[in-house]
Amino acid sequence: MAPVDAAALLAGALLLLGPAALVLGPRRAAAIYAAAALLCALVAGLGLTALLTGATSTTVLPIGLPWLGAHLRLDPLAAVFTLLLGLGGAAASLSAIGYFRHEPAPMRVLPFFPAFLGAMLAVLIADDAFSFLMSWEVMSLLSWALVMVHHREAETRTAGFVYLMMAAFGTMALLLAFGLMAGPAGGYGFDAIRAVPRSPLVTAVILGLMLLGAGSKAGLAPLHVWLPLAHPAAPSPVSALMSAVMTKVALYAFLRVVFDLMGPAAWWASPVVILLGAATAVLGILLAMIETDIKRVLACSTIENIGVIFAAVGLAMAFRADGMPAAAALALTAALFHAFNHMAMKSLLFLGAGAVLGATGTRMLDRMGGLIHRMPVTAALMLLGVTAIAALPPLNGFASEWLVFQAVLLSPGLPQPVLQMLVPAAGGLLALAAALAAAAFVRLYGVAFLGRPRSDAAATAPEADRPTLIAMGALGALCVFAGLLPGIVLDALAPVSAQLTGANLPQQAGQPWLTLVPIAATRSTYNGLLVAIFIAISGGLVAVAVHRFASRALRRAPAWDCGFPLNDPTTQYGAGSFAQPLRRVLGAPLLGARETVLMPPPGDLSPARLTVSVGDPVWQALYAPLAQGVTRLSIWANRFQFLTIRRYLSLVFASLVLLLLGLTLWA
Amino acid sequence: MTHLPLDIAHLLAGGLVLVSFLMIYQNRLSALLDVFAFHAVVLSASVAWQAQLQQAPDLYITAAIALIFKAGVIPSALGRIVRNLGIHREVETVVGTGQTMLAGMGLVALSILLMMRITAGADPLAREDLAFALAVVLLGLLMMVTRRNAVSQVVGFMSLENGLILAAAGAKGMPLVVEISVAFSILIAFIVIGVFLFRIRERFDTVDIAAMDDFRGDQK
Amino acid sequence: MGLILALLVQGLQMALVIALAPLLTGLVRKVKARLTRRRGASILQPWRDILRLLRKEAVLAQNASWLFRAAPYLIFAATWVAAALVPTFATGLQFSWTADLIAIVALLGSARFYLALAGMDVGTAFGGLGASREMMIATIAEPAMLLITFSLALVAGSTQLSTIAAVMASPAVGLRVSLGMGLVALVIVALAENARIPVDNPSTHLELTMVHEAMVLEYSGRHLAMIELAAALKLLLYVSLIACVFFPWGIAGPGTGLFAHLAAVAIYLGKLALGGTALAMFETSVAKMRVFRVPDFLGIALMLGLLGTLLLFVSRGL
Repeated sequence: MAPVDAAALLAGALLLLGPAALVLGPRRAAAIYAAAALLCALVAGLGLTALLTGATSTTVLPIGLPWLGAHLRLDPLAAVFTLLLGLGGAAASLSAIGYFRHEPAPMRVLPFFPAFLGAMLAVLIADDAFSFLMSWEVMSLLSWALVMVHHREAETRTAGFVYLMMAAFGTMALLLAFGLMAGPAGGYGFDAIRAVPRSPLVTAVILGLMLLGAGSKAGLAPLHVWLPLAHPAAPSPVSALMSAVMTKVALYAFLRVVFDLMGPAAWWASPVVILLGAATAVLGILLAMIETDIKRVLACSTIENIGVIFAAVGLAMAFRADGMPAAAALALTAALFHAFNHMAMKSLLFLGAGAVLGATGTRMLDRMGGLIHRMPVTAALMLLGVTAIAALPPLNGFASEWLVFQAVLLSPGLPQPVLQMLVPAAGGLLALAAALAAAAFVRLYGVAFLGRPRSDAAATAPEADRPTLIAMGALGALCVFAGLLPGIVLDALAPVSAQLTGANLPQQAGQPWLTLVPIAATRSTYNGLLVAIFIAISGGLVAVAVHRFASRALRRAPAWDCGFPLNDPTTQYGAGSFAQPLRRVLGAPLLGARETVLMPPPGDLSPARLTVSVGDPVWQALYAPLAQGVTRLSIWANRFQFLTIRRYLSLVFASLVLLLLGLTLWA
Repeated sequence: MTHLPLDIAHLLAGGLVLVSFLMIYQNRLSALLDVFAFHAVVLSASVAWQAQLQQAPDLYITAAIALIFKAGVIPSALGRIVRNLGIHREVETVVGTGQTMLAGMGLVALSILLMMRITAGADPLAREDLAFALAVVLLGLLMMVTRRNAVSQVVGFMSLENGLILAAAGAKGMPLVVEISVAFSILIAFIVIGVFLFRIRERFDTVDIAAMDDFRGDQK
Repeated sequence: MGLILALLVQGLQMALVIALAPLLTGLVRKVKARLTRRRGASILQPWRDILRLLRKEAVLAQNASWLFRAAPYLIFAATWVAAALVPTFATGLQFSWTADLIAIVALLGSARFYLALAGMDVGTAFGGLGASREMMIATIAEPAMLLITFSLALVAGSTQLSTIAAVMASPAVGLRVSLGMGLVALVIVALAENARIPVDNPSTHLELTMVHEAMVLEYSGRHLAMIELAAALKLLLYVSLIACVFFPWGIAGPGTGLFAHLAAVAIYLGKLALGGTALAMFETSVAKMRVFRVPDFLGIALMLGLLGTLLLFVSRGL
């Protein structure tokens, strides 16, 4: 059986698991999630083998459009995302076994969850426009259903509405893009689309539509506004899937069209993507720095990472347009590696956030604290996750960001002065985003897990359930593996870069000490394994030496805090106070953050109040007027609901005459 | 070491751009005047080096003018005015140092891009000088736009003139006439604005030009 | 023979940085004292302090977690590894290819990350204050550092420190205004990263102004000793970095013999002394800034880094 047949089978099985769940009912939930986890593990294995062999297999199924059928194909690009989907899906399904035990309405999740996974897989293996768009829309709708699980909360309903609007908008953009690509001949198979030559203008329009369609699903600014609403509203394993995997499916769509289907883009298209990516990264992480809801922080950090990935993709586009395939391969590999890492880190963090939410019953950081004492395993795994996502060596987040910076450093070779100057500036923005990420995750971890509990729920929080811990542990192991041995991952990605850019990085497996050498040994090298070993050895030796030869005496005493007695936990730095310096320095100019202090007059005993107002500038500038316009339009259109029969009939008659008139004039 | 002369010219012209940035950063009047004097010193060194490179002795005169007037006389005179007005300790509320600097950075990139495009094939030394000179001019303009105090606007204007002189010195065979006229215009501007400062001060008791808006009548 | 010498050099470097780091701190304090007409403690004093702290009993806050106890060793180890990878007196370090400049900076970032977390562990107001401000400073210092790296990489065609040092020592580089800007920017970043005046005052316990000291307020005994040693190492690292990149003369190359290495050690000591003295003089002559002025100050470094990169394109475009 060819890999693509197996993939189709797995996608079908996952899709069918949904209706099956309806029949089997909530009592078999654990079995269904376990089955989904198993199928996802198979998907991951399938993706890995397809990636390592680098082979392409195709098949045609007799479903879909009668004259077209459903073309399916599993090539290296699809395989790497299949691997991502399998790993992320398996972890989320595993955690779902434990998580949804406490779900009050299990049947609102159970049928949609495996089907959502299957729909994403179908997007990845689709090889014609019809089945691609069909699967895409099914994926969107199923994820929407999953967002709406807790539909009684007003917040969730808002999130669901905004998400539905954005998803519809995105699909429309994709529809137009594929319509343009199919051209007047109307060949909807991807093979036919590849064969059509296009003018640069058409290519640019397609690129713009893809930025709208795939970018809106991935969370690219300024289409990111739905993401911090919808991702946190869903139950945590679903949030993990949406943030870690579905954004990658959107990335896949972008790469598929831009690098494979639409043909070469002009160089001037790339600065748009680079700048959008870098700006998205900074905006996203700045929002993450300011949000006080743990899942929203994570969702905003997803926006940041998507920005980093898109900036690297833009670099790859620039290098490819200027005939520098080796550099393009580096940038593209960096993007894919970061996508892989983000899948692992973000799944880990969202599952951990779910565990915290389950244990404390709140998503607000300011009601947590001291969880490291109550949830030691979760806390240790989350520490791994935040270290990875803050791009700190020796873990995987740093390895891929380092590769992105190496690609940025190749930009002086580009012939266009505009790009030469713009790319370093974008690199500066990416560095700013990385530094902000460290700050944002110190805040998240410090406020939620360290310090003293800020609420009774936090003081009595129980440890997370076992399936979730196992899933988190596996993801953590993945982070460590990709961080210490990035060369192996890069070698595995080689078929993809060969497919899309026609070039490869130097073979990493043969390098001494498994060092990462993206270009040449004299230019830049990094060895996460040795860094980790050196830190472990020197730290361990020093600790042993100090305990052995100096002093090992230890006494517990009340905290000093410059003589200030610790009593009220609210005297700790909370989420808002930790963000204050950066909110003032960067938030004020970029997000329009304002602080107002309400001081009672002398003699008045009422407390002083500090009010902080932060808004997403994109929302106010773009969406608020749009929403008003739509509302006005719908109020106007509402009048058509209350007409007399005669008027309705005259409307129908008028449109019929108009259509006939049009037909006459057309010929 | 054949490229050393070119390197020094590059260093001096680039230094001028850097000092322009320092001026944008300074929001204290007395410190601003010091930086401006330094600006003029760098300019005169740069022009003198051009004179040596181009074997054009008349450029030395320009350098001397820059050194004597712009680095010596004008800053000390302005310094006296500022002290007389009692505003030497005044801290100006600039339009946010960070934003101004970012804007300045964009202007530098713009001038480099522009000059690299329109002077392709010209003498490398002149190209570089022109790019830097345009940057200095634009930064001077930026400073005039973002400052509210009349004195710092004068300083911005004069740093703009410095950029023009740098451009003139970089272009080979520029006659002396231009430099003298440029120097003259500065002197005149300086005198006129100096007189104005006292006038404004006498009438409105402040040199903050925002205060003048109240007297325009067409607003409010 | 070559491998043995290289391993020896690497080992010597690791020992040297740790031996010299507190001495450099001591030297800075001594010079500062002399400049303010005090006699000042011996330059050995930081070493004495560290040894004294090591022998003392550690007092731990009641609700401190394991993170609080593990962090000092982790911070020290990360800083030590980073310091061991910067070429001090020889470029032919056996493991210098383990990390390039970006990775070395990121290693220091790891150390800071854990220090900030440790500051928040006990749940005191001061710990959070220090951590929050430290992360703000780092947020602006890190992009500046990357832009400096970028202009260095443009000149040297590499981010490996040994390659950069070799290129910068060769006459082909010439005078570049961008390099001058890079130097100033790197000095600013170094001042901020090492909590020196005007960004932070390392010798203050004035509560409202402290950043670094606020984070380590709850530490005592051997834990504090580790953190102090890591801070001294970080200062040494930055002085060595500036010396290696901008004043690379006298660094022994990979193929040179024992005598050249000894001479290089002597030259390196001289550079450290000069750097320490310069730092002390600078610190004596400026005042500490308000916290919210610091972003402007670091903004200069950011601006210089970007400007340096832009200007390099001019000279390259010719």
